[in-house]
Amino acid sequence: MIRFNAVRKTFGAKQVLDGFTLDIPDGQTTVLLGYSGTGKSVALKHIVGLLEPDDGSVEVDGRIVHEMSRSELMAMRASIGYVFQFSALFDSLSVADNISLGLREQRLPEDEIARRVAASLERVGLADQEARFPAELSGGMRKRVGIARAIALEPRYILYDEPTTGLDPVTSAVIDELMVRNKRELGVTGVVVTHDMRSAFAVADRIAMLYQGRVHLVGTVDEIRRTDDPLVRQFIEGRP
Amino acid sequence: MTDHLNRIGVAQLGFIRRTGRWAKDAVHAVGLVRTWGPLLAMHMRRLGVDSIPIALFLAVFTGIVLALLASYIFTGAVPLYFVGALVAKTVMMELGPVLTGMALAGRVGANIAAELGTMKVTEQVDALETLAVDVHAHLVVPRVFAATLMFPVVTAMAVAVGVISGWITATTLLDLSTPEFFKGVRQFYHFKDIWFGLLKSASFGAAISLMGALTGLRTQGGAEGVGRATTRAVVLGCEAILVLDAFWALVLL
Repeated sequence: MIRFNAVRKTFGAKQVLDGFTLDIPDGQTTVLLGYSGTGKSVALKHIVGLLEPDDGSVEVDGRIVHEMSRSELMAMRASIGYVFQFSALFDSLSVADNISLGLREQRLPEDEIARRVAASLERVGLADQEARFPAELSGGMRKRVGIARAIALEPRYILYDEPTTGLDPVTSAVIDELMVRNKRELGVTGVVVTHDMRSAFAVADRIAMLYQGRVHLVGTVDEIRRTDDPLVRQFIEGRP
Repeated sequence: MTDHLNRIGVAQLGFIRRTGRWAKDAVHAVGLVRTWGPLLAMHMRRLGVDSIPIALFLAVFTGIVLALLASYIFTGAVPLYFVGALVAKTVMMELGPVLTGMALAGRVGANIAAELGTMKVTEQVDALETLAVDVHAHLVVPRVFAATLMFPVVTAMAVAVGVISGWITATTLLDLSTPEFFKGVRQFYHFKDIWFGLLKSASFGAAISLMGALTGLRTQGGAEGVGRATTRAVVLGCEAILVLDAFWALVLL
C-alpha cells in the first residue's frame, strides 16, 4: 500500500503540494486527476524518492520513503515500475537494452533477462522490435516500450505519468487496455496521473481529484461520474 | 529579517546535506565496478581516442610556433641549439598538457555536459533512478575514470608530435641541424619533465570530466538549460585547468 501523509512540497515560491493526503490500496488502479500544475506528477515522484517532501511523508508498504537507506531505496524502486510522460527511453540503447538495463542491475541471469525482455515486449505487442532504437519508433510505440520496461521488473506497483498524452484516440485506447490488463493479469497496483477523462474512466477503480496541492475529492468511477461537485463537474465536462 | 536569515540558514544546511550525500554516493559508486566497468572502454574510446585528432592538430602548430619563437628570442644571444631545449621543455611541461587540456575541455567537457544534460531534461536520469541503477556509477564514474586515464595518453601523443613539428620547423625553416636540435633537447631533459606533464594532464582529465558530469546532472529547463550547462562546463573546466596548473607548479617544481 502507498500512503501520502500530509505531504507539502514547494519549488521556489510555488507551493505545489499542500497537505496532500491519500491512500492507494493494493490491487487497484488509482487515477490522480487534476489541472496542469496541481502536483500530480510531483506526487508520483515522491513515491519512488525522486523528490523528498518538505513536510509530511510518503509510505510504501509501511516504510517511509525519505527515511530509507540507499540499499532499501534501491530495493523498493526495483519493486516499482515507472512509465514516464515522454517515455524517457535511453536514446543510445536498443529497445531490448532499454528493458534489460534495470534487470541487469538486479543481477539476474542472462537467460532470465532475455525471457523477461521477450515476454514484456510480447505483452505490449512489440515482439519483433527488440533491435530497434527509440528514434526509430513512433510516440505510441515508445510509450509501449516504456510500459514493457516497467513490467519487465515484475513490479508490485506501476506508476503511469500521463500515459496517453499526445497520442491519437486509438493508440490511447491501446495503452488504456494495456494498463487494465496489467492490473487484471499481473495483479499490479497502478497509479495513473492523467487529465484525459476518457482514459481515467477506462482504467480507474478509484479517482482522486487534486486541486491546489491537495485531494479535493476521491471516489469510485461511478461516484465521480455522479458527483455534483462543481469543480469536478467542470473538469469532467471540460467547461472553461 | 529573521525570516530572511532563516531561509539562508535552511539553504546552507540543505547545501551541506546535499554535498555530504553526494560525496557519500560518489564513494559508493566507485565501488560498483560491475556497473561502470563494462562502460569504461567505450568511454575511453569516445573521450580519449576520438580526441586525438584535435590534440595532434594543436600540437603541430604549437611546435612550429615555439621553434620560430625560440629562434627569434635566441638569435644573436645564445646558441641556437637552445631552440630544441625550449621546444621540448615547454611542450612537455606546459603547453602540451595545458593546450591539450583546454581543447579537451571544449570537446570532452561540453560533450559530457550536453549528453547528461539532455538525459536530465528528458527524464532519462530519473528513469535510471527508478530502475534502481546507480546514476553516479552508470554515468559519472566511467566518464571520469576514462578521461583521467586517457588524457595522459592523448597528451603524450601531443607532446611527441609537438616536439617533432618543432624539430621539422627548426631543420627546414631555421639554420639548425638535427644533431644540434636534439643536443638542446637532451641537455636540459629530466625524466620529471615527462611525468610532471602527464600527471597534470591526468588531473585535468579528472577535473574536466567531473565538471561536465556535475553541470550536466544539474541541468534544469529544456534546450536552453542544456546550452547553459554546456557553456558552464567548458568555462569551469578551463578555470580548473589554470588552477590545477598553478597548483602542480607550486607543489612539484
